[in-house]
Amino acid sequence: MSIRERLSGNEAVANAMRQINPDVMSAFPITPSTEIPFIFSSFAANGEVDTEFIPVESEHSALSAAIGAQAAGARSLTATSSCGLALMWEMLYVAASNRLPIALALVNRTLSGPININCDHSDSMGARDSGWIQIYSENNQEVYDNFVQAYRIAEHPSVRLPIMICQDGFITSAAVENIELLEDKEVKEFVGEYCPENYLLNSRQSQSIGPYAVSAYCMEAKRAQLEALKNAKQVVLEVAEEFAGISGRSYGLFEEYRLADADYAMVIIGSAAGTAKDAIDQLRADGQKVGMLKIRLFRPFPGEEIAAALKNARVIACMDRTESFNSQCGPLGAEVKNALYNAGQAPVVINYVYGLGGRDVAVENIASVYADLIGIDKTKDAGEKYRYLSLRD
Amino acid sequence: MAIDVNKITETIYWTDITEGCKIEASGNSKLFNTGDWRVDTPVFIAEKCTQCLLCVPVCPDSSIPVNNYKRADFDFAHCKGCGICAKVCPSGAIEMKMGER
Repeated sequence: MSIRERLSGNEAVANAMRQINPDVMSAFPITPSTEIPFIFSSFAANGEVDTEFIPVESEHSALSAAIGAQAAGARSLTATSSCGLALMWEMLYVAASNRLPIALALVNRTLSGPININCDHSDSMGARDSGWIQIYSENNQEVYDNFVQAYRIAEHPSVRLPIMICQDGFITSAAVENIELLEDKEVKEFVGEYCPENYLLNSRQSQSIGPYAVSAYCMEAKRAQLEALKNAKQVVLEVAEEFAGISGRSYGLFEEYRLADADYAMVIIGSAAGTAKDAIDQLRADGQKVGMLKIRLFRPFPGEEIAAALKNARVIACMDRTESFNSQCGPLGAEVKNALYNAGQAPVVINYVYGLGGRDVAVENIASVYADLIGIDKTKDAGEKYRYLSLRD
Repeated sequence: MAIDVNKITETIYWTDITEGCKIEASGNSKLFNTGDWRVDTPVFIAEKCTQCLLCVPVCPDSSIPVNNYKRADFDFAHCKGCGICAKVCPSGAIEMKMGER
């Protein structure tokens, strides 16, 4: 039986954590993710979980403590945002290369500067090449569901990599929505006990973690790590299928919204996908063949599947909620164009930067993107392919 | 899954390397021949050596083997050629030579 609730995105994640009952949480507060350790620490203090809660002195220490705990054999997690993730940078790579399946609840917030506390994806997009699995969520239900699935993906024997479950700062983290929670028992059964094959505190089998790898080993180590990340794609699908069995809610590598016959497609990540669905419904009512592909799994990037899903689209908009400062594309634009090129597809792709620093994204803003795409198709003139949406100029 | 540490060598394929380069054994550092990092090489002149053994405890890599209270020639599979032994030797029994042995 599911439980109907009204929760903010942060409350939803904290409740998923409570139901999972992990061994160790280390965290340092930062807006807009502060509520997650704040709520969870009260669960720990009230004895609702058995978790050792470590209030550390910085985010670098938060992830370091999680790494140490996970290496010792404990199911560990942390939560952060923005500059907090930036301060974890060094340790992100250590967690991934040491193959430690830590879960991180990321509440996306822009990186300074200009200093700003609101949503964009510059924090997690900067960390996209650190070797972590990255899953993005559109709304509170999705971030809850994704967090419940996180350890099953990360701890799978063919994967064993850390996982970042991302949601949009304030837009979902602070907004209260209707949500369906699973029973505590259902979550515990689904996630299961953490039983690592080996761990530092195992007295029966000694182990060294993080040894120095000279040049003769480093490339082989990275290639093996890549294979584990690639394996995550299949595991994400398997775990989603099992999750659908207990929740009735289906997830894939990405979500297609009225995409199959769409001439004009948008690829987007996070909460703005919900706004895009409204815009699509309005435009479809006017007879426009528009659709959307919403990214769920960004690392590993399911390039072949995305190229196949976009094969009928004539003009595509890639929506990046971050600026890459390379002057030609954002990270999503780069990935999608790479996937299309490798698949031998050459539609017109316009890359938009939108929603930086919490800039509102309304239905009419998304509709203006589709109007651009339709105009480009009619005039056969793409014009500038790297654009800013809703910029005053 | 523990694998035979002797199989982790510089010719290992990426498909065989341990998960996260973890080493599931203890006391195995001598299996990794780090002596090829060496630039300068100590030369042991046995006839000048008084077996005072002052060189032994200062070696950072335990590369001076001792049997029956007598030191033997260097363990060049692990000696990095740092030269500390040559500095502490009161008898001139260790000379540093440029280049690999």
